[in-house]
Amino acid sequence: MTEPLLKVRGLKIGATAYPPGEKPVAIKIVHGVDFDLEAGKVLGLIGESGAGKSTIGLAAMAYGRGGVEITGGEVWVNGRDILKENLRNLRRLRGAEVTYVSQSAAASFNPAKKIMEQVTEAAIFQNKFSKSEAEARAVDLFRRLGLPEPETIGNRYPHQVSGGQLQRCMTALALCPEPDLVVFDEPTTALDVTTQIDVLAAIKEAIAATGVAALYITHDLAVVAQVSDHIMVLQQGDMVEYGTVDQIINNPQEEYTQALVSVRSIRHEEKTPTDHPVLRVENVTARYKGTNFDVLKNINVEIHPGQTLAVVGESGSGKSTLARVITGLLPPSEGTITFDGRVLNPALATRPIEDLREMQMIYQMADTAMNPRQTVGTIIGRPLEFYFGLKGKAKQKRIQELLDEIELGDGFQDRYPAELSGGQKQRVCIARALAAKPKLIICDEVTSALDPLVADGILKLLLNLQKIEDVAYLFITHDLATVRAIADSIAVMYQGEVVRYGPKSQVLSPPFDAYTDLLLSSVPEMKIGWLEENIEHRRMESAGN
Amino acid sequence: MHPILKLIAQRLALGLLLLFAASILIFVGTSILPGDVAQSILGQSATPEALANLRRELGLNDPAVTRYFMWLGGVLQGDLGTALTNGRDIAESLGGRLKNTLFLAFWAAAISVPLAIFLGLLAVRYKDRIPDKLISAITLTTISIPEFMIGYILIYWVAIKWRLFPSVAIINDSMSLGEKLNAIAIPVMVLTLVVLAHMMRMTRAAILNVMQSAYIETAELKGLGMLKIIRKHAFPNAVAPIVNVVMLNLAYLVVGVVVVEVVFAYPGMGQYLVDHVSKRDVPVVQACGLIFAAVYIGLNLVADIVSILANPRLRHPK
Repeated sequence: MTEPLLKVRGLKIGATAYPPGEKPVAIKIVHGVDFDLEAGKVLGLIGESGAGKSTIGLAAMAYGRGGVEITGGEVWVNGRDILKENLRNLRRLRGAEVTYVSQSAAASFNPAKKIMEQVTEAAIFQNKFSKSEAEARAVDLFRRLGLPEPETIGNRYPHQVSGGQLQRCMTALALCPEPDLVVFDEPTTALDVTTQIDVLAAIKEAIAATGVAALYITHDLAVVAQVSDHIMVLQQGDMVEYGTVDQIINNPQEEYTQALVSVRSIRHEEKTPTDHPVLRVENVTARYKGTNFDVLKNINVEIHPGQTLAVVGESGSGKSTLARVITGLLPPSEGTITFDGRVLNPALATRPIEDLREMQMIYQMADTAMNPRQTVGTIIGRPLEFYFGLKGKAKQKRIQELLDEIELGDGFQDRYPAELSGGQKQRVCIARALAAKPKLIICDEVTSALDPLVADGILKLLLNLQKIEDVAYLFITHDLATVRAIADSIAVMYQGEVVRYGPKSQVLSPPFDAYTDLLLSSVPEMKIGWLEENIEHRRMESAGN
Repeated sequence: MHPILKLIAQRLALGLLLLFAASILIFVGTSILPGDVAQSILGQSATPEALANLRRELGLNDPAVTRYFMWLGGVLQGDLGTALTNGRDIAESLGGRLKNTLFLAFWAAAISVPLAIFLGLLAVRYKDRIPDKLISAITLTTISIPEFMIGYILIYWVAIKWRLFPSVAIINDSMSLGEKLNAIAIPVMVLTLVVLAHMMRMTRAAILNVMQSAYIETAELKGLGMLKIIRKHAFPNAVAPIVNVVMLNLAYLVVGVVVVEVVFAYPGMGQYLVDHVSKRDVPVVQACGLIFAAVYIGLNLVADIVSILANPRLRHPK
C-alpha cells in the first residue's frame, strides 16, 4: 500500500485560556486524533463549534491560530513529519503543498490589493509558476469556478465583488499554486443558501478537475455529504466516528452522530389564525436616510396572539429592516403598524412605555446584546425594575422564576455573560425579553450563531414558552429548516418585498413562485447525490426556458 | 464627478472655514489681552494727549469688527501690517524667519519620519522581544525629558565635550548648505528625539492592529516571511493612522519649536514670536498665530486627504 498524502497520528492540540480574574490555564482542544487521507480524496470533518475541526485542519499546515499550540503527535504530509520541520521549511509547505480556504473570504482578502495579485501571490512566491503562468492559471480557475468575466475579474478589488464571488476567488487562491491538499474551513457557511449551492458545486467541480485532496470542515452534515468521500465526526476534541459518507448518513453507529443526522426533528402543529391579530403591518414602505431607494416596499403581514410568523429571506432582503420599522427604530415613510388594536406611533421615542414593554427583542449575537460587566441577575432584573418597579425579595423571586423557565438552574444569577456558553447566553436574552411580559417578541436570527443541537434546544424552549406565556413571535431567519420547525405562518421576502405569505402549510406547498422554489430547493438535504441532482435539475429548467 | 474628488473638495472647503474661524479666535484673543498697546509703546510717563494721538493713529478706537475686517482684508492681500515696536513690514521680517523654521523642520522631519516608521516596523517584527522593548524604552525616555533639557545635555556632550557640532545654531543666507546643516545639527537631533516616540508607537500600534486581521493569516498560510507580510499586507492598510500622526508631528516641528529655537538662539519664527509677545506687539503676534494655524490646518488637511486616498473603497468605488 502506498503512503497516504496526509497521515495524522495521536495529534494533540492545546491552548492557553485567560478566564477573567483568574490565572491563565492550559486547556486541551484535541486529545489525540488519528486519520489518513489518500491523494485526490476528500475527508469531511464535522462537529459543533469547539469540537476542534478548524484546529485540526490548520494542523495539516502545522499552524496554530492565536495561542493554539500543537502539543503532541505526528502530522505526515508527502512522507515527512511536518511537526518536526523548522519554520523555513514549513513556509515552503504552506501555500505550495497545502493551502487554506477560510470561512470569511471577505476578511481573508487584503482590502488594499487587487484580487489577481492575491490569488497568484503564493504560486509566484513559492516558485511554482512564473507571473504570466500563474495569471493564466488563475483566469482558468476563475472560469472553472463560474465567476463572471474571468479575464478581468482579477483586476478588481475585493470589495468590488459579491460575497459568493469572493468565496470562489478564495478557492481559486487556494488552487492556483497546484497544491496536493486544500483545507476548506466552512467555505460556504457565511453565504446565503441560494448562493451556497452554486459555490458548493463550483468547489466540488474544481476538486474533481484538479485531482487535489481536501479536508472539508463544516458543521453542516448535509453539506459535507455532498462533497466528501469519508466523514470524521468530532466532539470536543475527540473522534466520535469515522466512515464513508454512505455509512455515516445512512447507518450512523454512535449516538452523537445519530443526533446530528436526525437534528431538526421538532414537530410543530400549525395553529389557525384568530380574528384579532396582535400585530398588523399595513402598506409599510421604508427607506434609510440619505438613500434613494425603498428597502421595504408595501409590506402587509399579520401576527396572531400566541403564534409565530417566520420572516425568511436572504441577507439584504429587508427582514431586519422590517423589525426596525415595527419597533420604531426606523419610522416608515408610508403605512401603519397596529398593535393589539391600537395604531403605534411611528417613532420609538414617542411611544408610551407600555407599548415598549409589550414588544421585546432577542438578537442574533447574544454576546453583544448583554453588558459584559453585569451579572445575569442584574441583566434579567433590569426590565423588572424598569417596567414593574419590582425591588428586593419580589424581584429576586421573579428572577429565579424566569431562570427556571429558561431551564437554567441555581447559581446562574451571579454569573457574568463571559462564563456562559453560547446557548446559555441566548437563554438569558430570552429571559430578559420574557421579564417584560410582552405580547410579542421579535427574534432576529436568534439561532443563526448557534450549533445545530444547541439551536434545536433554543427552538424547543421558545415553543414551550409560547404555550405557557401565550406570546407571539416574529421570527426572522434565513434558515428554512428553522422555519419548518416553528412557524405558523410564513412571509418570504426578496429585495424588500413579501413575495409569498400565508399559513405555513400553504406557503411550503406547490405551486411555488420562482423565488420560493429556488429558496426551498437550495437547502441541502442529507442525501448523497443531492447536489448533482439539483444542479442537473436547474440546468434542464434553464435549458427548457 | 468622481466621489473622491468631491470628498477632497469638501475637506478643502472645511479647511478654509476652519482657518477663517481660527483667524477670528486669534483676533479676539489678542484683543482681549489686558494692557494697552499705546501705553506700552510710549511708556508709563506718556502724557494723555500723546496716548490719545497714538491710539487714533493705530486705529485702536475703531470698533473691533471694523478692525478685524481691516486686518483680514490686509492679510488676504499679503499685507500682515507693520510691527508696532520697530515700524517694519511684518511680512518681510517674517518671511526670512519662516524660511529658517521650515528649513529646520524639514531636516528634522527628513530624519525622524523614516526613522520612526522603520523603528515601528522593527518593533512589530520583534514584538514583545528585546528589540521592541529597547526601542520603546529609549524613545519613551527621550519623549519624557523636556526638550530644553535634552538640548542642554546634547550641547554638553556633542558640542562641548566632543566638539562635533556648534552649540549655537545661527545661520544666515551667505552660508552654504553644508555650513547650515552643520549649524543646525544639534537642534535637529533634539527635535528628532522629541517627535520619534509618538510616531514610532503609533506606527507600531497601527500595524499590530492590522496584523490581527484574517488576511494576515492568509498571507502567513501562503508561506510568506514576516517582514514581507508587514511590508506588503499590513503597511498599506495602516497608512491612514500613520500619516495622521506623522502630520501632527510635522505640525509640531513647525509651530512647537519655540523652546528649541530659544535654547539654540536659532533665528526662526518661534524666537521672533517670543520677542514680540514680551513687547506686546499685537500685529506680530496675530500674524505669527495665523501662520501657525495655517500650517497646522494645512498639514492635517494633507493627512485627511492621504487617508481618503489610501482607502481602496473610496479610490475604486463599486
